[in-house]
Order: sequence, then C-alpha cells, then structure tokens
Amino acid sequence: MSIETAVRQDGTAQAPEQPLLDVVDLVVRYGRGRKAAAMPAAVDGVSFSIRPGETVGLVGESGSGKSTIGKAILGLEKCSGGSVSYNGTDITHASPARRRELGGELRAVFQDPNSSLNPRQSIGASLAEPLRIRGVAAREARQRAEDMLARVGLPGEAVDRFPGQFSGGQRQRIAVARALICEPKLVVCDEAVSALDLSTQAQVLNLLADLRDERGLSYLFIAHDISVVQFLAQRVVVLYRGQVMESGPAAHVTESPQHPFTQALVAASPVPRPAEQAERRQKREALGVRTAAAAAAAPGGCPFSQRCPLATDLCRTERPALRSVGASDVACHYA
Amino acid sequence: MIPSIAPAPVPATANAEDTGTGEATPASTATGRPGPGPKAAVGRIQAHRLFAAPGAVAGVLWLAALVLASLTAPWWLPYKTEDQDFAAILSGPTAAHWLGTDELGRDLLSRIFAAAAGTLGTSLITVIVGVGLGTVLAMVAAAGKRTEGPISRVTEVMMSLPGTVIILAVIGAVGTNIPVVMAILGVLISAGIYRVMLGQATALQSQLYVDAAKVDGVSTLGISLRHVLPGLNNTIVVQSALIFAVGMLIQAGLAFIGFGPPIPQPSWGGMIQGASQHVYDAPWLMVPTGVVLALTVLAANAIGNALGKAPNAAASHLPSAADRRRRAAASAAAPSTAAAAPSAAPDEPATAGRLSVRGLSVGVDGGTPLVTEVSFDVEQGTVLGLVGESGCGKTMTALSLLGLLPSGVSASGGQILWNGRNLAAAAENELAGVRGREIALISQEPMRALDPMFTVGYQLVSAIRRLRSMGKAEARTEALGLLEKVGIVDAARILTTYPHQISGGMAQRVAIALALAGRPRLLVADEPTTALDVTVQAEILSLLRALVKDTGMSVVMVTHDLGVVADICDTVAVMYAGQVVESGRTANILDNPRHPYTLALLAADPHANTAEDMPERLATINGQVPQPKDWPGGCRFVARCQFAGSACAAPVPLVPSGSDDGLVRCVKADELAVEGLAWVATEVPAHRVPDILEMDSTVEKDRP
Repeated sequence: MSIETAVRQDGTAQAPEQPLLDVVDLVVRYGRGRKAAAMPAAVDGVSFSIRPGETVGLVGESGSGKSTIGKAILGLEKCSGGSVSYNGTDITHASPARRRELGGELRAVFQDPNSSLNPRQSIGASLAEPLRIRGVAAREARQRAEDMLARVGLPGEAVDRFPGQFSGGQRQRIAVARALICEPKLVVCDEAVSALDLSTQAQVLNLLADLRDERGLSYLFIAHDISVVQFLAQRVVVLYRGQVMESGPAAHVTESPQHPFTQALVAASPVPRPAEQAERRQKREALGVRTAAAAAAAPGGCPFSQRCPLATDLCRTERPALRSVGASDVACHYA
Repeated sequence: MIPSIAPAPVPATANAEDTGTGEATPASTATGRPGPGPKAAVGRIQAHRLFAAPGAVAGVLWLAALVLASLTAPWWLPYKTEDQDFAAILSGPTAAHWLGTDELGRDLLSRIFAAAAGTLGTSLITVIVGVGLGTVLAMVAAAGKRTEGPISRVTEVMMSLPGTVIILAVIGAVGTNIPVVMAILGVLISAGIYRVMLGQATALQSQLYVDAAKVDGVSTLGISLRHVLPGLNNTIVVQSALIFAVGMLIQAGLAFIGFGPPIPQPSWGGMIQGASQHVYDAPWLMVPTGVVLALTVLAANAIGNALGKAPNAAASHLPSAADRRRRAAASAAAPSTAAAAPSAAPDEPATAGRLSVRGLSVGVDGGTPLVTEVSFDVEQGTVLGLVGESGCGKTMTALSLLGLLPSGVSASGGQILWNGRNLAAAAENELAGVRGREIALISQEPMRALDPMFTVGYQLVSAIRRLRSMGKAEARTEALGLLEKVGIVDAARILTTYPHQISGGMAQRVAIALALAGRPRLLVADEPTTALDVTVQAEILSLLRALVKDTGMSVVMVTHDLGVVADICDTVAVMYAGQVVESGRTANILDNPRHPYTLALLAADPHANTAEDMPERLATINGQVPQPKDWPGGCRFVARCQFAGSACAAPVPLVPSGSDDGLVRCVKADELAVEGLAWVATEVPAHRVPDILEMDSTVEKDRP
C-alpha cells in the first residue's frame, strides 16, 4: 500500500524510528446511505502516531470521537476512510484472522469496571481467554493468570472468584491484568480510570505507569480529563467534534494551550486550590467561549467556530489545517 | 453511591471486599459463594429462587409426581386404558373407580395418567423447538449487523401468519401426527421468542466485555456461546416454563376439536371433549381431567413466575408505605424535639433558609449504621460541600435532608433542623410539603429527573402548577422565565422538546429549572456535574453560583471532586466512612488540610499538580473505604493511614482544628501540623514510611 509513503500532515512528530501505531486521515461515519453521508463524521480526518514506549493522550468532550478512534484502531468500528498501520503494516481493514494474531499485541482497557468483565465468568476464565485462543494449555494459562493478578496487586486465589466480589478499583486492576497477560506492545485505555474514586484512580494510574516503565509499553490513553492525561502521557491530542484541534507535548499543551478550545478545556478543569481556582474562573470567564449548547458549526468551517470568541467569517467557511505553532500543531487560523 | 443495604456476602480473604455500589451482580447476590463454574452459579441462582416461592415448589412437586406416575403407569394402574366396565358407565368416584368412568366404562384415573406422559412429552417438543430456534436466531441476529434484518423480516412474517390455520393445514397434510404438529407449533412460537431474546442478546453484545473478547480475537461463535448465551439463561428457563404450559393447552385444544391422538388412545383434550357431550347427564366426568390439566398449566406458570422474578425488583428510591406509616406513627408518638432547639425562633421569616444538622445518624432499620453523628450548618446563601469517596455516606446524608432515603434505611438519631423544624422526625406528609417547595434536589443523572414520555414544557409547567398553584398560562410564562434563568437561550423551543432530544448539559439545566420551580430555599445537589464535560461543568457551576447570589438560596453540594469544592463551596465537610472527619472553611481545608484523609485525597488528585511538577507516582491510599459493618471502634481511617499509631484505636472526637471554626477528627492533627508531614506517594505499609522517606526520591513535595 502507498499509505506508508504518504506524506504525514503533522510532520513535526516525525521520529527516526518507525512508529508503533500510525493513524493517517482516519474517518469514521456511523450508519450508511445518503442520510448518514450528510451527517458530520464521528471522526473526521484524524492523524497521529505513537512511537514504541510512548504514551499519547486523546482528550476531548463527550461526542468528540475519542472513543471511536480507539475502537477503530482495535477493529471494533469500521473505518470509512484513512488508514491505521501497526508496526508498518496496514491494519485498517484487517481480517478477523489477522485481528486475532494482532489481539495479543494490541489490547484494551475499557472504562466501566462493572461491565468490562463478564459477570458470569470467573476471573481466571476471563484472564485465560486470550491465552487459550492462542493455544496456551489450561494449566499454564491459569498459572500466568495468577502471576499477572499478583503483579497488579491481587491475591492469586482471585482466579476462582467472580467479578461481583470485587470493588470497582479491583475490577479495573483485573481488566489491566487481562490486557497485559499476553505481553502486548500497545494498550488502548479508553477512560480507564474515570469511573474510579480519587484514591483508587491514583492506584490504577500508578500501576499503568509502573507497567509501562517495566515493560516498555505504549499507551493510547483516552480520557476527558486533561489532568489525568497529563500524568501519564508524553504527547496529547485534543479533539473537538471528530477533528484534531491541537496536538503536542503534554506539558506544553496544558501549560500554554494555543487553540481557543484547548484554552477553554484547560481553564474549565478545576484545581483544588480555592485562590488559584478563583483566578482560573475569572480567566475562563474572560475567554468568552460560548456555551457548549451552541448549535453545531456549518460543515466546511472550523467545528469550534460557533463557540469561539475569535471566530470570523473565514473560520465559518474554511476548515483550518494543522500547522506548527511553537512545539504544538494547532488547527486554528489565528493561533 | 448508595451503600448496599443488605451487604452482599463477602469472601473470607481480606483483599476481596465487595463494593458498596448496591448493584451487585446476580452471581454475588443470589449465590453467596462462588460456584465451581459459571453454569453452576447460574443453576444455583435459579434453584434458589425456585424454592423461595411456595407456589413454585408445589408446581415442581406436581409435575414431578405426574411424570413419575405416568412413566410407571403400567405397573400400578388398576385398569388398562381400553378396559371397559359396562357395569359402571359414567359413574362417579367409587371404590372400584376412584375418579369414576367415562361413557364406555373406562377408568378415568388410568386414562388420565396414561395420557400424561404423551401430553407432557409432546409439549416439551414445542418448548425445545420454539425456545431453541428463537434463541439461536436471536444470537445469530445480535452477532452480525447484516443478519439481523433478514431474520427479523422472516419472523415478522411468521408472527403475522394465522397459527391455528397453519396447524390445521399441517394436520390435513400429515395427519394427526402429534409430535410433528407440536414441532410446527414450536416453529411458529419461535418468532415471539426471537423478539424477546433479540433485545437481550443485543444488549449483551454491546457489553464492554464482549468488546474485550473481540479485541482478544474470540470468534463470533465463541462470543455467542461464552458471553451471550449464559446471559440469556434466565429468560430461556422462564420462557420454556411458560411455553410448556401453552403447548399443553394448545394440544388439549386440538384434541378437543378432534385432532388428538387416534381414538382409543387417551388424551386430555379428547377426554374433555368426551366429557363435554355428557355435561348435563354426567357433569362429574369433566372434573378429574379438567382439574389435572388446569393444575399442570398452573404448575408450569408458577415455576415460570418464580424463575422470572427479578432479584432486586422491590428496590425503590421512595420509602415504602409501611415505612411511611411507621415513621408517621413514631413522630406522632415522640414529641417533636425541634421545639426545644435553640434555633427555633418563631419570629424568623418564612423565607429564611438555615439548615443545621446535629448528630445525624442514618442506618439500615434495626441494623448497620451508614452515617453516624454527622453535624454541619449551612447559613443562608452559602454553599456547603460534602466531599469524600463513594461509600462514605455523602449521598445518604444528602437524601436524608429531603426524607428520600431508600426503603429500609432511615434516620436513626440526631436532628435535621430546617428553620427550626426537625425534619428527621417529621411525618411523610409534612416532608412532602417541604420537598420541592423549601428544599429541592438535583441529582447526578439529569435524565433521571426528567420523564422521557413528556415534553420538558409539560413537566416544568405541571411542577410549577403543583408547587405554586398557578394557572396554566401563568405557569407557562413562569416556565419560560425559569429556563431563561438557568441560561437556556431558546427557551420556547426547549419547552417543546422531549428529554432525549437535548444534550446532557442542557438536561442538567432543565433539571435545575425543575428544582427551582417551587422557589426552594435550599438546593441539595448530589454530584450535579459528575456526568458532564468539564466545560459544561464550569457553566453549571457558574449558574449555581449566580443563583445563590441572586436568590439567597443555600446549596448542599455532594461531590468527590476537590476542584468543584474549591470552585463553589464556602464551607466543606469531608466525610469518611459515615463520619465527618474534617470541616471548616474551604480555603482553610484545601490549602491547609489537618486530617490525614484530606491530606491523602489532595495528594492523590492529579489536578492538584501542574504539568511541570507532576510527580512520577501519585500518592495513593492503601485499601479501600471499609464497609459499614467493618468499621473499627476507634478512628475509622486507621487501617489506611500512614500516620496511624496506638492512640488511634480509641474513638476520636471532633475537636477544633485551630483555624477559624474548623473541626478535625484526628488525635495526631496537631503533631502533623507542627511537623509539616505530607502524605507520601507509596503503597507500602505505614511502618516503613520513614525508610522510604530517606531512600526514595519520588516522595511528593510538601504542599505550600
């Protein structure tokens, strides 16, 4: 395929080594037929790449398409356009058999610890399932399940219990164990900690960080909370209505956001220091970003133009391309 | 949020505490102990439910007896089915014929039991074909988007076919071959079963664990068999029991109109048909067969009902009628303690809003306490934050302010003084007058407050009319005003929309408008922004702040987000395991926390750090919030605290913390403040902390 030789749009992220995951101009539309084609795409021309050992965060509001991107990479959602390459090979429309081979290297941790484990399967059966389809003997699979549970801080005898007997945080640890049991290279974490309480969230975040350092894992860390993302990610991609608004080094994007939407997103995240929060609130109100309930932007223009305080006629008619501003890539005519 | 009222059984190991979410899965609610495998667990749930209902037990016994009697009939029946006793034609029960005889002098008892096996067996064919086919079709349709359309169209055609006509046509073609006829009936019934199963199978297919299995590379068949079919088990069993009864009735009906087994062979329908010809001269003839058929159908239905009963069907957010009666009786019996309260100034204006909670305890009726000795004050026009992790009693405390505790849970002590009135001891009708008019609630899920069947306008207008006794037109104007007040620009259009047509943020605004309909003086907001995007959360918080400023309303804000507390709360009460562990002014508590739990929460919050000083590891708190039944006698945080010592084993009182009117519940609070200790980022037990402090460089920096 010619995808690998295609010119990268976000050229700044170019690395000498081959990216582990390369997403180019990904488009995902829901539904079929003329009516669906008239609707804005759930994911509209998104490109980014993940290097081996790197964590990339995807942030955005609900409906920004961040989970859809994760699903498209995992093959759970059909791509309508663009390509996804893993380790240099195109997996955009990989066959189920190819997916099964990939399933060991490309894994996922989902949001809801209550429904990401089959309540009718024992923990051992859930953990062994990915190994068993790869032909690992039952006894060895069970041993590896016990070892992995010990690694995420749960007793080995948990293999015989059912998900209902564990707390949310413990279930999320089990989900992490399930994802890591067949030594993956890339893990898609879709809102993996957002359903957890603060202390448990910190435990799972630490666990993810430790496992990454220990095994050289790459994560695609999808979350709505930019502070959680910045703890784990080296680079952040900010999405709005299916399009990339800004991408760049995590610290840079959160400390000096360039795109008006990123500015609004960062300013809206409250900090637990009352005096500083009051300042941030004033800053946020001064930004003048219009309410989230504003109507969707006309197709063709910048998707944020209806809410943006800086929007002009140009923004409403022409979609801005991603361009380098400082260390980040920003899709704004006026950044 | 709501701790489980009847705690699910917990395994012995310390590391596997059950959650307090109250939504334990069937596997843990019903079985108690893990079964050796999923199948055994499911089997045991159903067995458990089956034997809890006396009707179902009787049904099982009846069916078992019938099958046993029928299969062993040749050995014990007094007569052959064709034996004729011309001396006793159409007789009632006699010593020779216990259930009497028919028009040919044949023994009814013998014929009924001889016919039973055939009737039950052929009904089973209908069950196997109908439920089997329906389930398989549903699983195939749910597994692939492309298969669902054709299968659904075919079943729709099947459902629109006149079943009786088809069966009669089949009988015309193949004769009265009962097994074939019953199998065809099964095929016709499978269309209905498919409809029932499809919804469930589709829901199961959309579960995250199915996605996880797909990522693993599990085949479609594997997913259907391992992840979808076990979830359908319950429905399959229930439907089978009901279809079994239907099969028997239809079979009897066919025999009644003459399409039963060949004539000398006995069948229940044929016997009823024979009896119907002698209904005037020998009415008894109808009774034995009719009763046996009716009992068998009832037995199958009773079993189906018992298996189909949802385990948590009785759970409700409102107190049950019995609770309300009991509470009303209790408050009538005990003289209201409110009169003695110092704040019960009779000349206070009705519009004032002061809430003073004193020593409030909430618990399961006659059992575990969930909230103990909680005290806080909310001055008019201020916002109080109730903050803590799930399972700490925040929501229970908030709901008790409105008398909306779940059934089986009630305020067991203390006072909720609202403008001097003690709501903790108020009767339900008194609370109903307060609810909505003086104290209103907004919940985490705005959609829960809105009925999907009615437009926003209808719901808002009827709430205003009910709470403020206004005319329709006047209420509509008021509704428009309310929507504008909560920041909705095109209020007139929103009035005509249904809840599902608006976004989550918009729905929360509407829910707030609904809460404001009765002009409350106190708003209880239970995690009002947790389900919303941060940008929308910021807008809703600004809205609440403006409402407090403009109307002088007070707010009790339940949240787990310390950032939200910093943004909007004037005072804060940090709750842990059903107690207030620290309270005071927001700035004092967040900038200078005194209790180790507050300290730990702040250290674990990634929002507390900027990108530059983001630590390599976040601080965590070992273990989790203990279940109410496991609360220790002393400090309840002791097992998770990095600073715990021997003094912490004794009960700890809430004492002044030294800053303004702050209170803290920790014996070491002063010591910690003096030494300026911070909660460190490690998961090791507390006694190893000093070593770690010396050798580990990832220790979190002291907070300014």
